[in-house]
Amino acid sequence: MTVEPIIFQPTPASPAPSSKVGAVAWLRANLFGGWKDTVVTIALLAILLVTVPKLIGWMFVRATFLGDADACRLAGGACWPFIVDKFNVLMLGVYPQELGWRPGIAAIALIVLAALTYTNRMRGIVLIVAWAILPFFALIMIGGAFGMREVDQSLWGGLMLSILLALVGVIVSIPLGVMLALGRYYGSPVVKSLCIAFIELLRGVPLITILFMASVMMPLFLPPDLVINNLLRIQIAMILFSAAYMAEVVRGGLQAIPAGQTEASLALGVTRRHTIAFVIVPQALRHVLPPLIGRCIALFKDTSLVIIVGLLDFLGMIKNAALDTSWLGFQAEAYVFAAVVYWSICYSLSLYGRELERRGPSAQKR
Amino acid sequence: MSAKTESQATAENIVIEMKGINKWYGDFHALKNIDLSVREGERIVICGPSGSGKSTLIRCINHLEAHQQGVITVNGTPLDENSKNITQIRREVGMVFQQFNLFPHMTILDNLCFAPVWARNMPRAEAEKTALRYLERVGISEQKDKYPGQLSGGQQQRVAIARSLCMNPSIMLFDEPTSALDPEMIKEVLDVMIELANTGMTMLVVTHEMSFARSVADRVIFMDGGEIVEENTPDAFFDNPKVDRTQQFLSQILTH
Repeated sequence: MTVEPIIFQPTPASPAPSSKVGAVAWLRANLFGGWKDTVVTIALLAILLVTVPKLIGWMFVRATFLGDADACRLAGGACWPFIVDKFNVLMLGVYPQELGWRPGIAAIALIVLAALTYTNRMRGIVLIVAWAILPFFALIMIGGAFGMREVDQSLWGGLMLSILLALVGVIVSIPLGVMLALGRYYGSPVVKSLCIAFIELLRGVPLITILFMASVMMPLFLPPDLVINNLLRIQIAMILFSAAYMAEVVRGGLQAIPAGQTEASLALGVTRRHTIAFVIVPQALRHVLPPLIGRCIALFKDTSLVIIVGLLDFLGMIKNAALDTSWLGFQAEAYVFAAVVYWSICYSLSLYGRELERRGPSAQKR
Repeated sequence: MSAKTESQATAENIVIEMKGINKWYGDFHALKNIDLSVREGERIVICGPSGSGKSTLIRCINHLEAHQQGVITVNGTPLDENSKNITQIRREVGMVFQQFNLFPHMTILDNLCFAPVWARNMPRAEAEKTALRYLERVGISEQKDKYPGQLSGGQQQRVAIARSLCMNPSIMLFDEPTSALDPEMIKEVLDVMIELANTGMTMLVVTHEMSFARSVADRVIFMDGGEIVEENTPDAFFDNPKVDRTQQFLSQILTH
């Protein structure tokens, strides 16, 4: 005789108690959780109440959007026509204005590629190749080749120069950083020491010092007939500096990969080289995406230091514009504009980083 | 009995030959004078307390651990510091790990195609065909586009077995394949291993699954302190162990 089994029925799920959800509950939990929280909340609200209306009044209410310097002075608020008047110079520096379409096309290429990357329309090897080609395309468009009029690098400037330095910097320094990290992590003792020496040397010196070295001192060491232009020297300096930091970030990722991953791949008969390239590095990079994006943002902001060695990047052009006698007294507007532009670009990078993290396999856990 | 098997073994096809293997981790003597020959199609279960050197022993066979003394020959290829020989042996010897060690950034299908494509230069389409055949065999072909993190432990271990089989190995090493699994999932992995054993695959299995050892193994090896303490047929090993250390071990793991 068999016993009829008891049929198991799962208890139906019930909703969470309502006192823990909703706007009032949220306010209580996040802003007024106790007397300390309440004091901080009220103090911060008070500070915002004092500053924000003034800022809005200056930026929008009393601001001048159309007109000249005199109209601005009369209104007393922010003077946005100043930015409009200087826009081309801020973007391109002293680059010949009639050739401005060429950097424009490069910028469009950059934006299109960024959009394709962000929306995941382009991926894999095609994506990598496209990003590797982009700097060359931009350099050809800006500098001129294949019958296009050549524009000397001393005329490159403005936001164009900042983005170019950062773009080439990131694209070259990430692979270089990965190589340095691999050398430090897997290399023979000699390779390892060389990588450590390089990384520690560049990390131990401020970027400004390295830029000075590249710009002022390097020509003293090089043979007189070997002329490397100033911009290239600065670019190389930035790449090496950035690569040293990238290397340390990537090394952190390498250390996070369990030994079992290497063992599994080697046990399958895959060579060490392929194991590192396809098993270890992709996982390591994914682990360190947040700090890696952080380094890219830092590199973009660091380009503003090139003003020290005589290149007029975006911030340099902002400073220059503020000195224009017909627009005297409006430098605050220029710096606000600079802040907005820097912030927009850096925040886009941040967003892309978050998107990448969201897309990774770790996000697809059960 | 074991002496008889050994004398026969020389005549038959010996696929793994270990002679006088010694290994140290620093001062710790992990393997002591190990002699072991494995015939083609033989299924060997290795058991013993933790730290007895059983994992180290099978990890020496595909050179995940380097031995410092003695000679290992796998399928006629001597295992030395020549990296060509090592890679050659690894392509013929599959290994399944306690922690599965699937590649978390690749889909299941990519996990299976990776080694055939990069280590055997197999065209991707052909590798996929092989991969699907093995996924079918371990019963998870419908999960091929998922990532390892989306599968249960038992499914992951079955994928790991299929991944090894895609390289068409002649020998399979199992390093405690069910130790990291929830009890509910042990059987599904053991079933795959039993099916594999039935196909005539040469298998070396480090495990504490004594029922598996009893039903599948041709030979059971008991290790302690880096030495092979006892080597016997499963029936003799479990019912009538020769060495007191074996008796003690068996009484510890079988009484509850």
